[in-house]
Amino acid sequence: MNYRSSYFILTCLGLGFAFLYIPILSMVVFSFNASKLVTVWDAANSPTLKWYYALLNNEEILDAAWISLKVALINASGSVILGTLAGFGLARFSQFRGRFTLNAMTTAPLVMPEVITGLSLLLLFVALEQLIGWPAGRGITTMTIGHMTFSMAYVTVIVNSRLATFDTALEEAAMDLGARPLKVFFVITLPIIFPAILSGWLLAFTLSWDDLVISSFTSGPGSSTLPMVVFSKVRLGVSPEINVLATITITVVTLMIVGVSWWMARMAKLDKAAA
Amino acid sequence: MTGRGLVVVLPYMWLLLFFVVPFVIVLKISFSDIDLAIPPYKPLLEWVGKNSLAIKLNFNNYAFLFTDRLYINAFLNSIKVAFISTVLCLLVGYPMAYGIARAKPALRNILLLLVILPFWTSLLLRVYAWIGLLKANGVINNVLLHLGLIHEPLTMLYTPFAMYVGIVYSYLPFFILPLYANLEKMDWQLLEAAEDLGCRPWQAFYKITLPLSRNGVLAGSMLVFIPAVGEFVIPALLGGPNALMIGRVLWDEFFSNRAWPVASAVAILLLILLVPFMMWYQSVQARESAGAR
Amino acid sequence: MTTSGGAAVKAAPWKDPTARPYVQVDHITKSFGDFKAVNDVSLKIYQGEIFCLLGASGCGKTTLLRMLGGFETPSSGKIFIDGEDMTGVPPYERPVNMMFQSYALFPHMNVEQNVAFGLKQDRIPKPQIEERVATMLDLVKLGDFAKRKPHQLSGGQRQRVALARSLVKRPKLLLLDEPLGALDKKLREHTQFELISLQDKLGVTFVVVTHDQEEAMTLASRIGVMNHGEIVQAGTPSEIYEFPSSKFVADFVGSVNMFEGKLLEDEPEYVRIGSEELGGTIYVSHGISAPPEAIVWAAVRPEKIFMSTAPPAGTDNVVRGAVQDIAYLGDLSIYLVKLPTGKVVRVTQPNTSRHAEAITWDQQVYLSWDATSPVVVTR
Repeated sequence: MNYRSSYFILTCLGLGFAFLYIPILSMVVFSFNASKLVTVWDAANSPTLKWYYALLNNEEILDAAWISLKVALINASGSVILGTLAGFGLARFSQFRGRFTLNAMTTAPLVMPEVITGLSLLLLFVALEQLIGWPAGRGITTMTIGHMTFSMAYVTVIVNSRLATFDTALEEAAMDLGARPLKVFFVITLPIIFPAILSGWLLAFTLSWDDLVISSFTSGPGSSTLPMVVFSKVRLGVSPEINVLATITITVVTLMIVGVSWWMARMAKLDKAAA
Repeated sequence: MTGRGLVVVLPYMWLLLFFVVPFVIVLKISFSDIDLAIPPYKPLLEWVGKNSLAIKLNFNNYAFLFTDRLYINAFLNSIKVAFISTVLCLLVGYPMAYGIARAKPALRNILLLLVILPFWTSLLLRVYAWIGLLKANGVINNVLLHLGLIHEPLTMLYTPFAMYVGIVYSYLPFFILPLYANLEKMDWQLLEAAEDLGCRPWQAFYKITLPLSRNGVLAGSMLVFIPAVGEFVIPALLGGPNALMIGRVLWDEFFSNRAWPVASAVAILLLILLVPFMMWYQSVQARESAGAR
Repeated sequence: MTTSGGAAVKAAPWKDPTARPYVQVDHITKSFGDFKAVNDVSLKIYQGEIFCLLGASGCGKTTLLRMLGGFETPSSGKIFIDGEDMTGVPPYERPVNMMFQSYALFPHMNVEQNVAFGLKQDRIPKPQIEERVATMLDLVKLGDFAKRKPHQLSGGQRQRVALARSLVKRPKLLLLDEPLGALDKKLREHTQFELISLQDKLGVTFVVVTHDQEEAMTLASRIGVMNHGEIVQAGTPSEIYEFPSSKFVADFVGSVNMFEGKLLEDEPEYVRIGSEELGGTIYVSHGISAPPEAIVWAAVRPEKIFMSTAPPAGTDNVVRGAVQDIAYLGDLSIYLVKLPTGKVVRVTQPNTSRHAEAITWDQQVYLSWDATSPVVVTR
């Protein structure tokens, strides 16, 4: 790459990242703004933590966060199981009845607009309730089922693509040495693809935690998730408590990502040193 | 053989029940009448007499959608918005993906993290950030006023402009990541060979890099276009009352008007519209992974 | 003192019709759709042998090896190991172990755990496992590396771990898939002799798959040359080299000069072949079986051709030509000599003297060979 084109690329990168991060930074900055108008900086009283206290005492938001947490945890764990099974099947078994369908069913949710998925799930639950009496009304159960349905598609893709680069000779070698297929999966395959499964779990957790549309369709009275509460607030305009929420979220995510990266780099360094 | 079946039967059955069957139900309800009851639609099948079952297919919902300008406009506008957003993502995202793919490995990881980080942060919150930036007494207007570049606040919020900004902002990582995955596998020595044979850098890019990254561009475009057509949150928060997007129409029909049959018909039509694109996406993915193996 | 194939070579059990084969492959065919990867192959392999399957890529040798290991099921035919029918038996129930081409070391386990893995599956008590693993690691000279992980080892070390892991279970049969392919030349030579020595010590029967004929010649007690899914010839390295049964084998193993010709005289003790390609006659001092008027090929190995500036005696097995190219390889030189008919003959000569009258480019030379040297093939 000669200098001219690399300056162009650098500028694009710089502008692009500025575009991505200025909104985030502005939210963080204004979470410390005393003024209720959020974007009009009240120099006399800022920076302040008063909105932080307000948020942490906001029952509605705390209850919603708790519900979101429950749904996200169950969703992540369930999606990982379903997604790993599907991903393993698609990657290892080149031919089985229904392979095409399974493949289509695990890639469609990735691109399908959420309004369609949400609407269809709600209509299913209503019809099921009429038919067999379950589920009795919508709530955490129906939301979790809805989330798992689209989350597992993401996990399937992650596991499938990890297994594609996995050396099958490792599994054959284990069988050659006397391990039965099920044992091979748990003792050889699973430990090696574990990072992919972990990232699938994290992705499923995040998708569920942030989901608005499908939650809105499949929730019931008293089971509002955090995004649903946030949405009803921001429809009316800006709100300083939301800025605080955003700052806390961003901080947690950043710490986690930075922490994981640092930990992985450290592991790699220790590895090299031991060699 | 039964072992194989056991592995896939659980996810298969789950998706069949909770993903595919619902679409059948949506289809069914799109043919029924609205009813002031719970649930707000009349059943499709009714027993008339002792041994006859009547199926009443109400095509009115579809007829309604095709004749009322509102819905046609909403569909067309959604496609237009999604298409323009995809192009914008391409213009902004391609140089970024390229820059990351060409960076040194250590820097590359950091840049990738920086692209992925917003992705892990709630979409809702990030769209909310733009409300604060774009409104009349928001950050951008305040800065511009302060610098004396304008004398009156610009109307940016609740306009199509705000919607485009919001969509591009939210979907940019979805474009960059698959394109990056594709560019990362490229053999950069091909460019050196081209330059050795007399090609200028821009020509080499145009004749070699661009065609080879075709699958990545298509994959990224599909990941932006298809969900953007049905996007609801961003038009609702940033677009204002004139931003007519089909996702919003569906939501309003369902929640505000309680017109479940009409909403179902909208969903079915939207699905029919998007299925060819989804199948195109599938085939691009299959080609990409076939090439990789 | 070890030689290739060790004890088996000296005993030559394949020559004994009453000897019981250790591995018997009976009319094995493997089809993938319409394509026959392995076509009606039958083989007898005896205990203690190092049997090499030699062939180009795609000839079916790896498929055959995988069927011996249980990773592919034959479409038809049977496989017997030590008298038992193992045809449908899965790999985890066979007394057979395989050393994979990529070594397939488990990256999340260290050397010790890798080698112990197979023993753990057999539920052998822990102290015994530790002892056997330690012994095996010492045998492959990796005792100090027991706690290292595979990515912390060099290519040669990884190969030894793979070998140790596959031998520690004392299998009846060890399958090796291109065992030396990933090593550089010097290491390859060194490892070849180590493999032979190890095999001799442990008495395990080896089946090796390779496309490298030098490797096959060094390691094997017997070689099975494969082409298009069939075994075209099976025999000891010298049999394969000196008495190839077809053009393909003659050409595949080592280099050869092939002269096409017609039988002029066909007697029980000799044949005389007239070759237009050669521009002369070839006299072979043994009889062959071929129909009259048949087209035959006389194969003469490059090292069996004498090159001289003065014309040798006799009219058979002599031809004149001009030196077209010379490649100096240190221990020997390869000469490409162009005949008046246009055919290029390959001659190799050891560089025995430092100051010999050097033969140079374009020089006119006489090529000749002994009547015992040519091998006549009819296909």
